[in-house]
Amino acid sequence: MARVATGLKRLDEFRWKIEEDYKPGMRVPGIIYANEELMKSIAQDQAVEQVANVAMLPGIVKASLAMPDIHWGYGFPIGGVAATSTDDGVISPGGIGFDVNCGVRLLRSRLTEEDVRPVLKDLVDQLYVNIPSGVGAKGKIRLDRKGLEKVAAQGSQWAVSEGYGWHSDLDATESRGKYPGADPTKVGPKPYERGAGQLGTLGSGNHFLEVEVVDKIYRPNVAAALGLEEGMVTILIHTGSRGFGHQMTTDYLVVMDRASKQYGISLPDRQLACAPFSSSEGQDYLAAMACAANFAWANRQCITHWTRQAFEQILKKNAEQLGLHVVYDLTHNVAKIEDHTINGTRKTLCIHRKGATRAYPPGHPELPETHKPLGQVVLVPGDMGRYSYVLVGTEKAAEDTFACTCHGAGRMKSRGQAKRDRKARDVMDELASKGIIIRAENYATITEEAPDAYKDAGEVVKVCEGAGISLRVARLRPIGVVKG
Amino acid sequence: MGFFEIRDHTADIQLVSGGASLEDAFEQAALGLFSFITETKRVQPKSQYPVSLEATDPEALLVAWLNHLLYLHDADRLLFSRFAVQEITSTSLQAILFGEEYDKTRHVMKDMVKAATWHQVKISQETKKGKPWVEAKIILDV
Repeated sequence: MARVATGLKRLDEFRWKIEEDYKPGMRVPGIIYANEELMKSIAQDQAVEQVANVAMLPGIVKASLAMPDIHWGYGFPIGGVAATSTDDGVISPGGIGFDVNCGVRLLRSRLTEEDVRPVLKDLVDQLYVNIPSGVGAKGKIRLDRKGLEKVAAQGSQWAVSEGYGWHSDLDATESRGKYPGADPTKVGPKPYERGAGQLGTLGSGNHFLEVEVVDKIYRPNVAAALGLEEGMVTILIHTGSRGFGHQMTTDYLVVMDRASKQYGISLPDRQLACAPFSSSEGQDYLAAMACAANFAWANRQCITHWTRQAFEQILKKNAEQLGLHVVYDLTHNVAKIEDHTINGTRKTLCIHRKGATRAYPPGHPELPETHKPLGQVVLVPGDMGRYSYVLVGTEKAAEDTFACTCHGAGRMKSRGQAKRDRKARDVMDELASKGIIIRAENYATITEEAPDAYKDAGEVVKVCEGAGISLRVARLRPIGVVKG
Repeated sequence: MGFFEIRDHTADIQLVSGGASLEDAFEQAALGLFSFITETKRVQPKSQYPVSLEATDPEALLVAWLNHLLYLHDADRLLFSRFAVQEITSTSLQAILFGEEYDKTRHVMKDMVKAATWHQVKISQETKKGKPWVEAKIILDV
């Protein structure tokens, strides 16, 4: 740890640099976004070492970056960003993670807390019933291989065409819910088998569905443009590509382990296994990753449909009357091919975001038409007892971080420690005292996901705003939680 | 014979297993994995499932072994409580798994495991007090 401390140089209030000579093999420096307080917890485990390891990837440009919610992951740190050249750089599945397109979706409503509070328990129960969650949960959608290939090729667009949701949902989804270039033939048989029963399921661990109330507005004009008002009930959905993505990544890591050796790429950690972006291994992985990303988008789209049904069942009005529109849906575990400017030159790069959110500035051509004046919407889920945040992207993020910002609160305590520290009942009592109702498949999840196992998302987003890489728009307070 | 232990890791968990042989270390790793997923004492070894795997080296074989078990668990909704590694080299493995299909009324599911990772995966083989000792370490994404 002493090496970590000596290897870090403070650049300003919110940035720390790991010099290129910190470890042999680093090709670029590392930059960590954090304030002094957050850095204390970051420096406690191996996250800083991991930022340095990522800096060794062939073709990485500018710097190995870490967002303020950085913590120790496997291979890449969680909160890590790596931009590699598409000409002479690599693509690394470790820079995306097993849960491809793990992401967040926010729905708004015309309801206030007063409308929902009297039926909150019924509503949370209904959401829990409608949306399969937890270990061993079976989804309600049964598809054969052909059907699953359509999901893999078309993502949310498949779901909407099958009646799961509205066409307008696509307008409010990153990449319109369909990652381009998905090739279902590049995915082996196992991911299809594993994903077959899991489309439209929440999963477990840190995945959730929460009913939230808009608690504070920071930028009234932006909030109004997104249809968010103080006191409004919203729904936040956090899940990913389930077994389909986990198995696709598992399969390709074997391919990449072999490819790294074949292409003579030496790495400090086998989880960073990679192949040249333009190689057949690299391109096959990209086409398969796109399929997993699409599975995740279809998953959140189906869950959205059943969420609307739950509100209809309990509030006795249809979803249109309730105004249950998607504000935005984004991915925070993915690689994307994007153009960025480095030292005045426009370059096409492969941006690996492993627990980081894209934060395009206002006016970016890839933004939905209605979001163009605002910048890309960024959704930052906090822990289940504290606030989540809506942010927007900035020009500064485009300049400094390949348009990246944080993705969550960031874990602070291991699951084991969280379980030893508290009992489920105690966590539930704490939530109840704040007016939060929780339904979870098992008690272990409740203690593992206890609020104090996480950093305060409020601190994390303050650093993002301080560093100028995204700006706060609204704060959301949880009132109902569904956990796997 | 042997042991397994689940150690803390900020976002994930580390599984450490060991025994007098590579067979033991692999069997214990599998048992550790399923003890994390379910209460293995409730899983009856009703059916047998043969497994045959190949990989480039012992570490890659451990990753392949645990990931194959996760695949069977997740795709076919199977739970296992006993593992017999019958033949193992540094690049191949034959084993029989004992378990049954998940039954909501009898089984207790604990945590979900997404995958066995390659991060800091390590198998060490040494001699302790004149006897062979094998220890395997692997990080699971949960």
